[in-house]
Amino acid sequence: MPGQDDAGVRPAAVTARGWGWRHAGRTKPAVHALDLDIRPGERVMLLGPSGAGKSTLLHALAGVLGDNDADDAGTPDRDDADESGELFIDGAPPRSRRGRAGLMQQDPETQVVLSRLGDDVAFGAENLSVPREEIWRRVHEALDDVGLSHLPLTHPTSALSGGQKQRLALAGILAMRPGLILLDEPTANLDPDGVLEVRDAVGRCLDKTGATLVVVEHRVAAWKDLVDRIVVLQPGSASDGAVLIDGTPDEVLEQARGMLIAAGVWVPGYVPETRRRSATGAPPSSGHSTGQLLLAAEKLSVSRERPRRRGFRPVPPEPVLRDVTAQVRAGEALTVTGPNGAGKSTFALTLAGLLPPVDGRVSATVELSGGAGIDPYKWRAEQLIARIGTVFQEPEHQFVTGRVLDELQFGPRHLGHGEERVDELLERLRLTHLVDANPYTLSGGEKRRLSVATVLAAHPQVLVLDEPTFGQDANTWAELASFLSELLDAGTAVVSVTHDEEFTQVLGGTELRLGSGLGNNAPGPAEPTPEQAAT
Amino acid sequence: MRDALTLAGNRAVLTRANPLAKFAAVFLITLVLALSIDWMSASVALACELLVFPLAGLTFSLLWQRGWPLILAAAVGGWSTSILSPDSGRILLDVGIWSVSEGSLQLGLGFLLRGLAIALPAVLLMSCTDPTDLADALAQKARLPHRFVLGTLAALRLVGLMAEEWQTIGMARRARGVGSRGNPWQRMRATLGQSFGLLVQAIRRATRLAVTMEARGFGGASRTWARVSTFSVLDVWVVLGGVLIAAGAVAAALWAGTWNMVWLEGT
Repeated sequence: MPGQDDAGVRPAAVTARGWGWRHAGRTKPAVHALDLDIRPGERVMLLGPSGAGKSTLLHALAGVLGDNDADDAGTPDRDDADESGELFIDGAPPRSRRGRAGLMQQDPETQVVLSRLGDDVAFGAENLSVPREEIWRRVHEALDDVGLSHLPLTHPTSALSGGQKQRLALAGILAMRPGLILLDEPTANLDPDGVLEVRDAVGRCLDKTGATLVVVEHRVAAWKDLVDRIVVLQPGSASDGAVLIDGTPDEVLEQARGMLIAAGVWVPGYVPETRRRSATGAPPSSGHSTGQLLLAAEKLSVSRERPRRRGFRPVPPEPVLRDVTAQVRAGEALTVTGPNGAGKSTFALTLAGLLPPVDGRVSATVELSGGAGIDPYKWRAEQLIARIGTVFQEPEHQFVTGRVLDELQFGPRHLGHGEERVDELLERLRLTHLVDANPYTLSGGEKRRLSVATVLAAHPQVLVLDEPTFGQDANTWAELASFLSELLDAGTAVVSVTHDEEFTQVLGGTELRLGSGLGNNAPGPAEPTPEQAAT
Repeated sequence: MRDALTLAGNRAVLTRANPLAKFAAVFLITLVLALSIDWMSASVALACELLVFPLAGLTFSLLWQRGWPLILAAAVGGWSTSILSPDSGRILLDVGIWSVSEGSLQLGLGFLLRGLAIALPAVLLMSCTDPTDLADALAQKARLPHRFVLGTLAALRLVGLMAEEWQTIGMARRARGVGSRGNPWQRMRATLGQSFGLLVQAIRRATRLAVTMEARGFGGASRTWARVSTFSVLDVWVVLGGVLIAAGAVAAALWAGTWNMVWLEGT
């Protein structure tokens, strides 16, 4: 690493003069009258409520906003998007500066272009017509910088974890030698370890290259020490300029604390207020449970894979997790924790009757099954939703209609009862003003609230949630935690898979910590260590 | 599913050959087999192909795993040809309207062998060719437009993801009360809904991937290549092998007098 000549990286300057952008088909501009100067080598964090145009600005700087044809940049596009004012990198429009800026987005899966590690890093440099020998020199250096040089260049990119994929994306950006690095919520989809992994890699690379940084992140605490300036933007509809506050991290977090908290930003040192569990609920880890047993996993081994067909003989899949025993009780929370790849989600999906167990079994008690049989996987879909509700990590996977109200009425209609509950849920989860909206057009927090509401509309006794707080702002987080604590008090059992320690604390109950999980090659059967406090 | 798109661990000699050379060899064999329906040319080609299989790193069990639908299709095709084609020669089996004669059995056998001999080279080609290498060869050697080739390659990577996504959406929909079990009509409706969900996700993913690629400078008129697609002596052997198998099949059929051009059928 040391001794490399990095004369190739010249930090870029950013200038915006009254810059604005309105997306095609929208009436309000995403960004309006932005005046901003970023000096070469400066590290800036953009904050602001959703709808303040942070991502739009990053996309514009990356030169990927609007029409794909670059020749008419700066003039209104054919598809009716509208640009005003000036936005420059080193005094020229971003589109004319291909390769000066590198952009990392949120979803790790779409940050990978090619299927082999080395090829993926080389991709950007190839597009910039860098000579071949120089490309491979850069590839090795970039992989070294992001801490992936221990893997062979032919390593399949599909085998990387989320944090590794994001570091790979960073390597691909570094190989382009950009003067400006743009990060659009780079760690929103990662677990706590992945967040630090990516943040530290970014820090190292900036120290080395001196490139300018613009990062959009909700997790201020993780990134605060890496940046030397915070700019708070406000929604484009505001009549005054787009920049609300601009200063050093400490100044801004001091001055704008109240406003940022109101906007749902995760301000360091602030845990949102949530409703407490009422005293009648079982106190956490007190060792004695009072709730009615609803669902039990016995020596459960799980996998997402179906039995493979080798010729005519079915071969059972290799479990990602073995021999887990757990109990789900009415009015009690069960929190499933553990590192990435431990099989937490797979376990939850199996428990929820959505995946067949590889070995062991899931059994519902009579109180839950009500005559539908002991094995939830064998229940019909209508039987399942009235008993066990599952909220997936990605809300969009569960949308089945084109309107918020239809989404909520879908379950009750299929069951033939419970439609009266819909209004209550709309009200409680603040979705009333959105009844006619298309679910896909909602914001992240609204989608999450809707996905919880739709599942609850069928009135299940057990609620299973997969990473419900992932990527959520502080407001949605607090609402969700309070709402779940209410449900628990009302007697619903809540099973959640989460990395979120504060969330776990709010819900209380039992924690089920699953294995050190390096996936399939579990050496012994005792790999997972269920700390389940069985009664 | 994802594994099917990579050649993890395959070190066989044919993985090092240029994809275009392999493609040319396969094309030659397929062309010859498409010309005639006789059992002789097909069995010679099939025998040669089976000899070449280890060079592609294939074993019979791997072949069966990857190619069983094709093998089954060939078997069914052969069987129905023996039953349905006009009888000639001695009748071997007669059950109502179905009858198998020596002549029809021969035709059916030819059909089966030919099906296998055409299908197997394709399985072989896919088993020892990395999609990335194929894209490199198509763009650098065959001079296809690189934007098109690399765009397709990137999309291909998403196909593996889509297989996982399909499973997840299926579960997510069951958790909403949409059953994928029940009568055929209900199943079809469930599959349609699930396909729509997958389509939406596919478009979103593709859009984000396109932004990623564009932000990495993709789409310019010219680019350099980190990997060079080259032809080597091995490729000469690969093409030569294809020519030999094709020529051997024709020669054997002519010698045995079974050569039977498709379009001269019945004359």
